[in-house]
Amino acid sequence: MKLVRRGQWRAGRYNPPFFDFRILLLVSSEPLVQIRDLNFAYDSRAILTGINMTIPRGSIVAIMGLSGCGKTTTLRLIGGQLRPSSGEVRVAGQVVHELDDKGLYALRRRMGMLFQFGALFTDMSVYDNVAFQMREHTDLPEELIHDLVLLKLHAVGLRGAHRLMPAELSGGMARRVALARAIALDPMLIMYDEPFAGLDPISLSIVGELIRKLTDALGISAIVVTHDVQESLKIVDYVYFMAAGKIVAEGTAEDIKNSTEPFVHQFVWGEIDGPMNFHFPAPDYREEMFAQPGKPRGWWG
Amino acid sequence: MTPVELLRQLGNRVTSRVWRLGFASRFMLMTVLYSGTALKRFHLTMREIYFTGVLSLIIILVSGLFVGMVLGLQGYDTLQRYGSSEALGILVALSLVRELGPVVAALLFASRAGSAITAEIGLMKATEQLSAMEMMAVNPIARVVAPRFWAGVISMPLLAALFSAMGVFGGYLVGVQLIGVDEGSFWSQMQAAVDFRQDIMNGVIKSAVFGAIVSWIAVFEGYDADPTAEGVSRATTRTVVTSSLAILAADFVLTAFMFRGI
Repeated sequence: MKLVRRGQWRAGRYNPPFFDFRILLLVSSEPLVQIRDLNFAYDSRAILTGINMTIPRGSIVAIMGLSGCGKTTTLRLIGGQLRPSSGEVRVAGQVVHELDDKGLYALRRRMGMLFQFGALFTDMSVYDNVAFQMREHTDLPEELIHDLVLLKLHAVGLRGAHRLMPAELSGGMARRVALARAIALDPMLIMYDEPFAGLDPISLSIVGELIRKLTDALGISAIVVTHDVQESLKIVDYVYFMAAGKIVAEGTAEDIKNSTEPFVHQFVWGEIDGPMNFHFPAPDYREEMFAQPGKPRGWWG
Repeated sequence: MTPVELLRQLGNRVTSRVWRLGFASRFMLMTVLYSGTALKRFHLTMREIYFTGVLSLIIILVSGLFVGMVLGLQGYDTLQRYGSSEALGILVALSLVRELGPVVAALLFASRAGSAITAEIGLMKATEQLSAMEMMAVNPIARVVAPRFWAGVISMPLLAALFSAMGVFGGYLVGVQLIGVDEGSFWSQMQAAVDFRQDIMNGVIKSAVFGAIVSWIAVFEGYDADPTAEGVSRATTRTVVTSSLAILAADFVLTAFMFRGI
């Protein structure tokens, strides 16, 4: 879909081209996102080490792993919110960290992101949240924005809720509004950060199905960061498993379900015993129990 | 604690404060550079003027009235000892227009609107609304910070003027209506003594500077707040404390420059 730029519509300067060469992108065999030898650290603390990933066009790829393993950091690196220590993230052929502000913002206009709790603008209604990007990046007349907003909200089943404020929505509804907002400008890639967290089983299924349907209907790619194994394995095409900032396993949903890799098996089947420890690293229990008590911190305890 | 450790801690504190000041200055520069959106799409700034200015009106007007009434009582008590109680109008007007109007209105603005701006931006950060905006290719400094900053700069002189006007009215109520100072002397002496450029314009300049200081501190503290409940609470407190001290310090510097020839 051609994005009408600011001023073009009113000035009558927008003429659909005879042949839009961006159509070639849709049939291009080049993956939409390629991550090569990616390393990232906060000061001297390594967060990601030697990450290699490929996100093909038109597919849903899940990144799974325990909390704090670097999943969201990977999303932020793809979105250009962080700069890698070394390696590169290539989106639609462009190396993200080499782009200047203008180039990065131009790339982000073709991406959508759904945050963990929706991140809806609390001072705007559902309607205005979905219309936000259209008003910011295009000069479409308000009547057309109205139609588009209702269309996007209809796609997530919330057309009837367009007058509500975010505070009046349930967690699942907020997530769906955020999804409508993320597809507002028909992006080529949508990144989902924990889309299933804190949802009841019905909302969870609805959101999962929406992700699959929208990806197929719009012909876009999706990256889903999640720990919800059962729901995500129903909808994804490929899975990367991360632990301690590294990819420890990868494969299709079937491969993952049938995997004998101890970490993957423990994670998928939610087992207590396995390579993932329940206890945070600590000194020997006996030694610590019989050690001299530390000095009190002050009069308050 | 050894002297070396003490020195190291002191050095660390000083360095971090200087670093923070530098960061705040860069933030201010970016806010001014990205002000195009706030000025071109002025409705964004107007909306913030409503929240920071119009909604602060009640506290400003009521405080102005009481400050003026107190000035009327205290001024009359002092002036009548020297037989010059007719000069009450001058005392009330000059005190308010030059000093109390800009300073007290700015202190009230910092606690009412400044803290609200910090809390709002801090919570937007904590709930990832600012990150969401960035990911939608919208610069949060241009869209969120700059309109709030300019709203503060524009609102503050208007609020200070209303504070002073209400204060003069309070002084009139107490001095003329309650105590019985001659009404003609009250107004005519005030009119003769208050100079538009020297007194009123300097007061307006002061309040605009205070508006810029409070807004700068408020938006910076909000943007720099730790994205937690405790972080936002600390940032809000810092806004009120730092703004109040900065207003008083800036007031001294501005007064020293403005009224040095008198």
